Amino acid sequence: MAQLFKPYANVIARTSIVIGGMLPVIVGLAAAAYSRSPYNTKVEVPLNQPIPFSHQHHAYELGIDCRYCHTSVEKSGYAGLPPTETCMSCHSQIWTNSPLLEPVRKSYEDNTPIQWNKVNTLPSFVNFNHSIHIARGINCNQCHGPVNDMQITFKGHPFMMQWCLQCHRAPEKYLYKDPDSHSLREQVFNVYWKLQEKGVSGMTPREQHLVKGEEQEEDGAKDVAEGKALVKQYGVKVQQLADCSVCHY
Amino acid sequence: MRQSRASRWLLRALKLSLGLLVLVTAAGCHTDMWIQPKTVPLEESTFYADKSSARPLVPGTVARGHLEEDTPFFTGRDDNGQLVTAIPVKFNSDKEFKEFLLRGQERFNIYCTPCHGRLGDGQGMISKRGLALRRPPANYHTDRLRNMPIGHFYDVMTKGYGVMFSYASRVEPQDRWAIAAYIRALQLSQHADSADYTAAQRASRQSTGSLGTETQ
Repeated sequence: MAQLFKPYANVIARTSIVIGGMLPVIVGLAAAAYSRSPYNTKVEVPLNQPIPFSHQHHAYELGIDCRYCHTSVEKSGYAGLPPTETCMSCHSQIWTNSPLLEPVRKSYEDNTPIQWNKVNTLPSFVNFNHSIHIARGINCNQCHGPVNDMQITFKGHPFMMQWCLQCHRAPEKYLYKDPDSHSLREQVFNVYWKLQEKGVSGMTPREQHLVKGEEQEEDGAKDVAEGKALVKQYGVKVQQLADCSVCHY
Repeated sequence: MRQSRASRWLLRALKLSLGLLVLVTAAGCHTDMWIQPKTVPLEESTFYADKSSARPLVPGTVARGHLEEDTPFFTGRDDNGQLVTAIPVKFNSDKEFKEFLLRGQERFNIYCTPCHGRLGDGQGMISKRGLALRRPPANYHTDRLRNMPIGHFYDVMTKGYGVMFSYASRVEPQDRWAIAAYIRALQLSQHADSADYTAAQRASRQSTGSLGTETQ
């Protein structure tokens, strides 16, 4: 009777044991990689919109303040999207024949809102409030990425809970103080005026991080010590900041 | 024999509980906590015919605290319909008034500079871009606007003027007055005389050579 198993069967058996053992790990890692990839999170993936609105053009090139359109960002949980009336404040006078702006004019005439596609979404069980972050001087780009550089708006950060907690657990690494602003609220928007006046190269390293929307965690002991002083000065309640009920209520 | 039957039962129970566990876990895979049937601002509604989740006010509704009895404060005009000549806001100290002016500067820079420019000379980015504007934005530094009662600026912001849209929905009444006050400050700064400076200010300005540029 011939041999039922050839010698190479040993190799197959060993490899399948190894692969079989590793399979759950590989599947787990693949799932983790997928869920963090831009394919899933949509980070830095520009989203098509009914009108190709450019933040770079309006906010950086023309120097229009964020709050001209996002009027409620300082006093409400929601930053607010501008009504068509806000667009028409200028576009009833300039670019009045542009075919790109046809949906704006149509919306204004028909009294129907423009249906923008939502770039940043949160699950319903998370409550995020813009006004408190602005009131503590947290810059827009810190969460939204380099909005002043975006031709078509994209998501700057994945908004995963872990990401929120980085700052909520150690706010001293992220808090910032602009000596030229008379209020914390004002320093948020002064960064963009400074960008207009001095350009990126004329700004401090911290401000450059801010306008580029980069991760700006400060690790140096000196920075952390300064940050801790700011935490105290701003009255940030670190003990409660990472409590479940701060965001989930 | 009894033992093996017991172990068979145990195995079966284990399998069953494992299956149940999978079922129970799978039952957790739903999204109704992620997408709750509540509406958030600006969300589309499937319920109302106009698809808007935010409902327009019933005509004649007055929200609490919005009765707006103080006519001069909310319209910029007195009871006879004349534009008011003083800001209808009380200040308890100079510090409060300075805060008010700073607030006005901040709001002016947000909402007015795109057209009127940071100096209020009508040379904002929109006027620079819109080369063929039929009605260019106003320059505040004319005799007509310098002599205009302050209520006029409030009135314009509230109702719009010419091709300018109303800013009533974007800027609150208190802030509109602050902007009006800042416009007055801008007018003074661009129409200042060297006699308006104190001796100390004049000395420091003359040494930097910036006095001449501010005198028109």
